[in-house]
Amino acid sequence: MSRLTRAGLVRATVVFGALTAFPFVFSAQWVVNIALFTLMYAGLATSWNLLGGYSGYLSLGHAAFFGIGAYAMAIRFTHVGIGAGYKPFLVLPLVGIAVAIVSLPIGWIALRVRAATFAIVTLTLLFVVQQLAFNLHHLTGGSQGLAIPPPTFPASTFDNPFYFAMEGAFALALLICWWVRDSKLGLMLFAIRDDEDRAQGVGVRTTGVKLIAFAVSVGLTGMIGAIWAYYIGFIYPQFAVDPLVTIGAVLMTFLGGKGTLWGPALGAFILVPLQQYLAYKLGASELYLLGYSAVFLVIMLLLPRGIIPSLKDRLARRQAAAGPPGAVTGAVPTPTQGVPA
Amino acid sequence: MHLLIQACILGLLAGGVYALMASGLTLAFGVMKVINVAQGAMIVAGAFLSYTLFTKLHIDPFVSIVLLTPLMFLFGVVLQLVFIRPLRAEEREELSLLVTWALALGIEGLLSVIYKTNYRSTITSYADRSWSVLGYRLSEVRVFAFLLSALIIAGLYGLLTRTEFGRSVRATVQNPTSARLLGVNVERVSAFGFGLSLATATAAGAVFGMIQPFNPGSHYDLISRLLSIIVLGGLGSLGGAIIAALFMGVAEAVFSAEISPTWSSFTFFIVLIAILLLRPQGLFGSTERGAL
Repeated sequence: MSRLTRAGLVRATVVFGALTAFPFVFSAQWVVNIALFTLMYAGLATSWNLLGGYSGYLSLGHAAFFGIGAYAMAIRFTHVGIGAGYKPFLVLPLVGIAVAIVSLPIGWIALRVRAATFAIVTLTLLFVVQQLAFNLHHLTGGSQGLAIPPPTFPASTFDNPFYFAMEGAFALALLICWWVRDSKLGLMLFAIRDDEDRAQGVGVRTTGVKLIAFAVSVGLTGMIGAIWAYYIGFIYPQFAVDPLVTIGAVLMTFLGGKGTLWGPALGAFILVPLQQYLAYKLGASELYLLGYSAVFLVIMLLLPRGIIPSLKDRLARRQAAAGPPGAVTGAVPTPTQGVPA
Repeated sequence: MHLLIQACILGLLAGGVYALMASGLTLAFGVMKVINVAQGAMIVAGAFLSYTLFTKLHIDPFVSIVLLTPLMFLFGVVLQLVFIRPLRAEEREELSLLVTWALALGIEGLLSVIYKTNYRSTITSYADRSWSVLGYRLSEVRVFAFLLSALIIAGLYGLLTRTEFGRSVRATVQNPTSARLLGVNVERVSAFGFGLSLATATAAGAVFGMIQPFNPGSHYDLISRLLSIIVLGGLGSLGGAIIAALFMGVAEAVFSAEISPTWSSFTFFIVLIAILLLRPQGLFGSTERGAL
């Protein structure tokens, strides 16, 4: 079981207390809308981090599972019927579990290769799923897409149920990451990140461990996709399986600090409002694409380790400098999280 | 039978162009361990550039290649200096994936601003002409495209095997540290390697624009095909990439003719899954370098 520190508990309580109060304080729906997308990306980035940050396997295909979750939701509406209003939220855990199960054979194949090749395979997966969404038109409506009838929530607080659903998904992702971090599973994941061959040598069953992280990570992503689909109400292939969803999550994780607990969420809290503002200000989606890639390049070049590890480093260095004489002042403590060795 | 052979011919011709596209990708990986996810976007950029030269200045795409490749070579060198070199060596492989992906999005964004998202194609006067050999149709554009690709790949091969620069490149591919000890300027080789990769992408793009309609978003489809090809051929292996490209071209065309055109792009993914299950290091890749 994880260590529950007082500082951590206070931090979590303050953040989630503030997040829960937010839509009541700022009730204007456009503000809630931006906050909703911020939470969505906070959840996506945190889930991505479980695999990409902890085990070092960079997945570029998480948007595929976001799309599968979104389609799972929409297909239920069109083909099965799961009621309206709040009822669809109740099937979310099922969507998450279903996506995780679907991902197992995919993960088993993709995780046979390492590093760059894994990234390539997952990127390809993205286009497989998009192509499937186009081609299986009996199920997915092809390029026409699928519509989900909007629920009859009151207009003035329409976004709130979705907002809380996103907050719940984010909290779940964070809780899982927190629990994994100090667990044996986490240790094994970090060992894989640092040196997979050696980890295998000392008895880590690498395939199983990687597969668990992969399935949980994409299951959460699928759940968030399902909430998104219900909120948006209309999905089609390019929209539901969008490479920008992955790149967004990856970017935020890198900005905040890969492999840290709060880093991905911090990245989302900084970038998403900025992104929404840019989209609003620049209008044209093409310029928005340019802005996005520029921000990404700048972060990768100037701050490749992320905010939290960089701050921690600076703090440690200052403490070392102010420490007792005899302490090795020049040595910079190696970060325990963040960049893999 | 006739249909099958016709499909094989078409596939082989397309495979030649895929080989040109993939050669730059695998070269960049071999030299720098950089997977250039922006290769697809650079090909599409090449297609747009030659399209513009053709529609505005009436320069034939095959001629525009001569003008564009040196420029794009320089541009590639600059991109390498600015975006790839600052990455620390130990994390270059994984970070370069993200950086080049961001570059791909940037190029897509830029092209969308300039050209909007309509599909275009470069239609030359000989676009619809074809030869008839033993009852099989050979489209002129496709044959020229194939020949040009073969010519450039042969040039690339000559460059790698016959020149001092080529020897430095191959030394860097085999072992960057030893190459550096022997006096190879690895940084310069890497920059030139990236430039070469971009130059081949531009040439391939000019040809691509004549074969297939394209828009700024076409690079997604392209890059997933090309990545499948270089995984099949073995990352970093030029010969492997060429054979894999020809094979995939034929497989796709036959699948499209015999089974279903709608599902033909799945040929790539099916082959990719098979290769991951049977031989994860690719046909000609080695397991020793540890990268895979």
